[in-house]
Amino acid sequence: MSTYCGQCGLSLAGGAHEVCRRRAELEPPRYCSECGRRMVVQVTPDRWTARCAAHGATTVSTWTGG
Amino acid sequence: MVKVQPSVRPARQDIVAVAREQVLGRGEPLTEAQLVEVLQTPDGRLGELLVLAHEVRMRWCGPEVEVEGIVSLKTGGCPEDCHFCGQSGQFSSPVRSVWLNIPELVEAARQTRATGATEFCIVAAVRGPDERLMAQLREGVKAIRAAVDIQIAASLGILTRQQAGELAGLGVHRYNHNLETARSYFPQVVTTHSFQERWDTCMLVKESGMELCCGALVGMGETTRQRAELAAQLGELGPYEVPLNFLNPRPGTPFGDLPVMATRDALRTIAAFRLALPRTVLRYAGGRELTLGDLGTRDGLLGGINAVIVGNYLTTLGRDPTKDLALLADMQMPVKALNAAL
Repeated sequence: MSTYCGQCGLSLAGGAHEVCRRRAELEPPRYCSECGRRMVVQVTPDRWTARCAAHGATTVSTWTGG
Repeated sequence: MVKVQPSVRPARQDIVAVAREQVLGRGEPLTEAQLVEVLQTPDGRLGELLVLAHEVRMRWCGPEVEVEGIVSLKTGGCPEDCHFCGQSGQFSSPVRSVWLNIPELVEAARQTRATGATEFCIVAAVRGPDERLMAQLREGVKAIRAAVDIQIAASLGILTRQQAGELAGLGVHRYNHNLETARSYFPQVVTTHSFQERWDTCMLVKESGMELCCGALVGMGETTRQRAELAAQLGELGPYEVPLNFLNPRPGTPFGDLPVMATRDALRTIAAFRLALPRTVLRYAGGRELTLGDLGTRDGLLGGINAVIVGNYLTTLGRDPTKDLALLADMQMPVKALNAAL
């Protein structure tokens, strides 16, 4: 379950994060949803990978036909 | 007594009619003053302007669309202060520094090629390449050429003459180095290097024999006149390709709170750039998803654009390539093939 916003790194309980939600349509997350740490993010043409020092890496494909 | 002749001023001609004769008919680009007029065309005539720009593109470039993928080899931590860029180390952007390894680079090229793309551009967020980056690029280019049938381009910042020659020798066929904005507005956008330094690298690229890809980023607070100035300066430089970016305000940067450019202004800009650069590859680059949306993307492809970046950008996400390819098929615009590109 997400505790922190992937776009701004703040607690999801602390605000509406409407701008963050819109931004997330065209942005990979920059902050870990579990601890709020800033992550190392690599974007490639067909996917993104975000690595948190504490919670490991997540890779998401962004292509349906790839 | 001196006889004063009454001044005779020719009636101001309609700019769309002038452009039709000058650019479509004779293939001569509009001047900077004429481009200002185009950029001031009222909304009611925007459709007419886009139709003309499309006719110019079809006549002087043809129906094919060049498809490209891009990837960031070195992300973030850049020493420069380009006010639009989330990869500058000088701002409190959430982007952290990271290097792409060679197997991931080759895989990105392979995925790009699978879309039918003929171009793959390797990009690094640096002032200019140091030996570490050049070594990574040498290895990467070699590995891609061994595994993937695609043309390789690079974008590594300011080059020395020796570096430009080496890149050409490696088989990098095109080099990207954007002017970004007009000479007169550049100091408001970047202070760590000059417009002239960018211009000089562009000239080195041309001298090296690589194709020059030199782009623009609009929507950064520049005036209409400065937008026309930029288009004219690009025309003077004569690049093979112009990628047209629209500002996507990046959190933490000085331009992070600027408004997104209005769709109609973006479309007018596309048409104006086509009329300034009738024979140049004019590519959709960053920010189009936000500025134009699906409908505007279609309008731009029918208004002068003849190349696209498919998939994701360097730090942000793009449209799914299947959507773009379906759109091109729907508009009966063939994707440029590799044998035609070579």
